[in-house]
Amino acid sequence: MIAVSTSRFQYPTPQVGFNGSFYPALLACTNSCCRALTATLSRSTFTGLRCKECGHPYEASARHVCEDVCFGPLEVVYDYDAIRNRVSRASIEAGPTSIWRYREFLPIEGDPIDVGTGFTPLLKANRLARRLGLRNLYIKNDGVNMPTLSFKDRVVSVALTRARELGFTTVSCASTGNLANSTAAIAAHAGMECCVFIPSDLEMGKVLGTLIYNPTLMAVKGNYDQVNRLCSEVANTYGWGFVNINLRPYYSEGSKTLGYEVIEQLGWQLPDHIVAPLASGSLFTKIRKGFEEFIKVGLVDEKPVRFSGAQAEGCSPIAQAFAEGRDFITPVKPNTIAKSIAIGNPADGPYAIDLANRTKGTIAAVSDQEIIDGIKLLAETEGVFTETAGGTTIAVLKKLVEQGKIDPGETTVAYITGNGLKTTEAVASSVGEPHTIEPQLASFNAAWERAQSLHRASWEPIGA
Amino acid sequence: MAIQVLIPTPLQKFTADQSSVELEATSVDGLLEALEGRFPGILARLTDESGKLRRFLNVYVNSEDIRFLDNQATALADGDEVSIVPAVAGG
Repeated sequence: MIAVSTSRFQYPTPQVGFNGSFYPALLACTNSCCRALTATLSRSTFTGLRCKECGHPYEASARHVCEDVCFGPLEVVYDYDAIRNRVSRASIEAGPTSIWRYREFLPIEGDPIDVGTGFTPLLKANRLARRLGLRNLYIKNDGVNMPTLSFKDRVVSVALTRARELGFTTVSCASTGNLANSTAAIAAHAGMECCVFIPSDLEMGKVLGTLIYNPTLMAVKGNYDQVNRLCSEVANTYGWGFVNINLRPYYSEGSKTLGYEVIEQLGWQLPDHIVAPLASGSLFTKIRKGFEEFIKVGLVDEKPVRFSGAQAEGCSPIAQAFAEGRDFITPVKPNTIAKSIAIGNPADGPYAIDLANRTKGTIAAVSDQEIIDGIKLLAETEGVFTETAGGTTIAVLKKLVEQGKIDPGETTVAYITGNGLKTTEAVASSVGEPHTIEPQLASFNAAWERAQSLHRASWEPIGA
Repeated sequence: MAIQVLIPTPLQKFTADQSSVELEATSVDGLLEALEGRFPGILARLTDESGKLRRFLNVYVNSEDIRFLDNQATALADGDEVSIVPAVAGG
């Protein structure tokens, strides 16, 4: 039993085996370092893991499936009374401008690895809204997340903090690109060994954006689902912390911060409707969990929020199942430019479908051309250059408005999860070319004339 | 016919910590039976009450997901490698 007199609450009796790796050190050592450890240990608010399907409990170790019963995914269990006693809007607002202002809602025991991840801009997107026919549209821009410009920095910050607590010295992941960038970068900062796996056909920006941190990078000749299978087998035999495999229950919790931040940035209110990309489906369900937790501990008033998901037609197993009214996923083989969300066998697909149905949202898919148009539309109207996943989200947003599935007055938040500079190949042939001129006024005058007439030809009204 | 089966860590408590076992079978269903014969108790982990593989479990024959083949009726041949992999998230 650990209790600290300065703390406002008594820490609950840990589950059997929980924190087992810490207790011997605490008992054996009387140095001041351990008193510090005791103080930080008492800050943890989670009590163990539990199967999301059958509820079977597990200790908070490196495991991700319900191995004793049904192979369902495990998730972290919190003591919400403890959280409620400790947090307030004011205490959160006084915290760091990173995801760690919400640390009471995250599954770590000690000091976090804080590389400034999170608290990205929530942009009121008035020009895009007018173009689409909406009035209250916001863009949550994780394309400028730190340190690697995608939402994955959130999940990796949590996963590597937990990996270090569980004693891992080598971390790894299977990735469609962004996760590899983030794992390699944050491992470098934390001084951990890193070996990451990607499909061999990724965009150069994603490959280079991993290699620069000098991890061991395995480019697997296959699609993401094959990479994941290989990693599951590697995880069986190497004692590594795989952020999306044996650390998945902790890792996925990082995505909840995308829910918390939107609530806080909207002035402690829930939106009416959110649109987010669907790859494995995890992000989508964790945004919801973030909303629910803030309601549960009294930080925000409850109201219905619709959840709509976006997929690329070339890899749309969740959208297909949703359209056909199925609650199970038939895996597909991906063929789309939206490589970052090209997961043919999405683990959280059934949960994403359930969420869209329960909240009266929808799940839709768009073509590669619509994705490119979506990237350009967001850039031209809001000055935000997103990658293909963001293009997918904007294209689906547009489609849903056209289909009357988003009310123009609804406060709608579109989640932009990655940065366009990583996937320049996708738009390289659709963005035109610079006007190359001589360093003379006459040359400029002629080119400006040409540019104006080209611009007039492509101009379209933005609307009222 | 010898089939190589890759066992995920959570199931290795049934296989005396072996990560790979060799069994005789002509289909995935037959292989599940053979696994239960050799390692009693393992079948209840792999399948639900109706004998269907649990939905969070993926089974691959020579790297191909059996849902692209004939599911549990997928035929197996001598030398095939079957791998059992719990679903994972990521991206």
